[in-house]
Amino acid sequence: MTFLEVLYFIVPSAIFYAAPLILVAIGGVFSERSGVVNIGLEGLMVIGAFTGILFNLFYADTFGGATPWLALIAAMVAALLLSLLHAVASISFRADQVVSGVAINLLAIALALYLVKKIFGKGQTDFITERFARYSVPVLSDIPFIGDLFFKSIYNTSFFAIAVAILAWFVIYKTPFGLRLRAVGEHPMAADTMGINVTRMRYIAVMISGALAGIGGAIYAQTISNDFGHATINGQGFMALAAMIFGKWHPLGAMGAALFFGLAQSLSIAGSSIPYIQNIPSVFLLILPYVLTILALAGFIGKANAPKAIGKPYIKGER
Amino acid sequence: MSNRATNILVPLISVILGLLVGAIIMLVSGYNPIRGYTALWNGIFGDLYTIGETLRQITPYLLAGLAVAFAFRSGLFNIGVEGQLIVGWFAAAYVGVAVELPKIIHLPLAILAAAVAGALWGFVPGLLKAKFRVHEVIVTIMMNYIALHVTNALIKTVSGGGDRTELIFTSASLRSEFLQNLTEFSRLHYGILLALVMVGVMWLILEKTTLGFELKAVGFNQNASEYAGMNVNKNIILAMVISGAFAGMAGAMEALGTFEYVSSKGGFTGIGFDGIAVALLGMNTPIGVIFGATLFGSLKYGALNMPNEAQIPMEIVEIVIAVIIFFVASGYVIRLFLLRAANKKKEVK
Repeated sequence: MTFLEVLYFIVPSAIFYAAPLILVAIGGVFSERSGVVNIGLEGLMVIGAFTGILFNLFYADTFGGATPWLALIAAMVAALLLSLLHAVASISFRADQVVSGVAINLLAIALALYLVKKIFGKGQTDFITERFARYSVPVLSDIPFIGDLFFKSIYNTSFFAIAVAILAWFVIYKTPFGLRLRAVGEHPMAADTMGINVTRMRYIAVMISGALAGIGGAIYAQTISNDFGHATINGQGFMALAAMIFGKWHPLGAMGAALFFGLAQSLSIAGSSIPYIQNIPSVFLLILPYVLTILALAGFIGKANAPKAIGKPYIKGER
Repeated sequence: MSNRATNILVPLISVILGLLVGAIIMLVSGYNPIRGYTALWNGIFGDLYTIGETLRQITPYLLAGLAVAFAFRSGLFNIGVEGQLIVGWFAAAYVGVAVELPKIIHLPLAILAAAVAGALWGFVPGLLKAKFRVHEVIVTIMMNYIALHVTNALIKTVSGGGDRTELIFTSASLRSEFLQNLTEFSRLHYGILLALVMVGVMWLILEKTTLGFELKAVGFNQNASEYAGMNVNKNIILAMVISGAFAGMAGAMEALGTFEYVSSKGGFTGIGFDGIAVALLGMNTPIGVIFGATLFGSLKYGALNMPNEAQIPMEIVEIVIAVIIFFVASGYVIRLFLLRAANKKKEVK
């Protein structure tokens, strides 16, 4: 393989793996920027993947080619409802947010598998027939080099994910809503004094994170695994959590980190057929995202500072 | 109502609510909850064999619960028990396979190796927390995945490209013919005794030593401990190291008792995460951990009988466990409810 061929192979594959990570990481940014830790991203993704596959299997005959997109909406709603549980527990009931997130993860995978066994009578679903189609962008894909790299036989969902990341940046940094969201996460008492409804802002933020994580899970299931079983998501949600931190709680940073982790993932799977990379044991590529996240947190790769009020329930009148 | 009574009532109410939610889910999805819970009961207490297996399942839960509880008492949230358990499992199995020694040396050595491996895996987040104020939750989650991938790679190397190691030498085994004969040849092993001893060790450290006093002080208030002349950083690292050692020993239970080998894993064992539930339910006390581990270990093993006897997917028990965690974590609301109920009673009087 020449260097260019390698590049044409790796870059689209990295973007392919990164798309769900980007969406889930952005979801995490919303929740954590409002001051609510969301370890439950993994579980929300699981519910999204499960709902997406279920919808796709049941309605593929009715909706045809539009099924995968409609499945995203179904997955979004399901994960949003589950995230409400996290919101109620951690915002209204003042539960430890990490514990509540752990419970979400346990609950999601158990509920999904319970229903899979109930409906299909076995441990995993059938394979879906209607998938997201790959396609080449007209005109742009004819550009030499860049066209081959970014616009040939690519999934719509990848563009969607990048568009969401940019939109999230705009919402969080350029709108009054975003300013309030960040204020609530940094100093809820000050925000409350200025008339911002802290509880409402946090509920909205957690619900957005649920919605995005659900969509991310459904995209993962409908592009990469094509069915749902106990190992479908297998840590993707935590990988997204890592991307959010490595991206320093910034939407575009999270997107960049997700793209990089997508690269590491695709290399660890396809690396054995690529010169140079095949000499690196795949375990190094597998642990790379996690090691980098720890290093980033420790300040070796620029300081990653969490929102100030993260993890603490806001109790009115308490100093 | 006294504080102590609410402390016991909150977990109790949570368990009852969890089982109720499980029953409702079974009912709604067209199963008979009474048949389901009967199958669960039989799966736990059915005969001597199942009782032995249930006790066997409780063993790692005890140690995983201790690991989480110990860190909690020092104000640290160790989600990394899962990873520490996995490296402990590998270390114990490796020592069990690699050398053959007299039992009196080999078995303690294998357990020690597991404890050291787990402690090492706990040391990293402890150090990062102490030196750089990095939140231990994220680091331990990342360490879980690093543990998973690294041990899988090591197993491949040790076994010459295979998926599991050889069986360990009997000189490193925790298996006991006596306990097996007692329980109709279940896999019950001496690990349960070791785990119970460790419960005592945790109680001793926390209640009877200066170290335990300092650890608890740091857990209550870091600034006050600092002003009192305690070395907060040292205590944070120590708490994580000891917690990790407990978790590593939980792995040794699987390596030397239950399975007698280690195989590469596609995902986590779940024991480490359930350890969080055990510790929470046990209010992070050593005695409480015994109750928590007994409950969750039993539920987990009994669940295996539900598909056979009642055709209900065993995941229902995981749902129940998750719901219990929710309720325990939301203890604030249950407390509020109890308080109101108590006040009403007073008014009536």
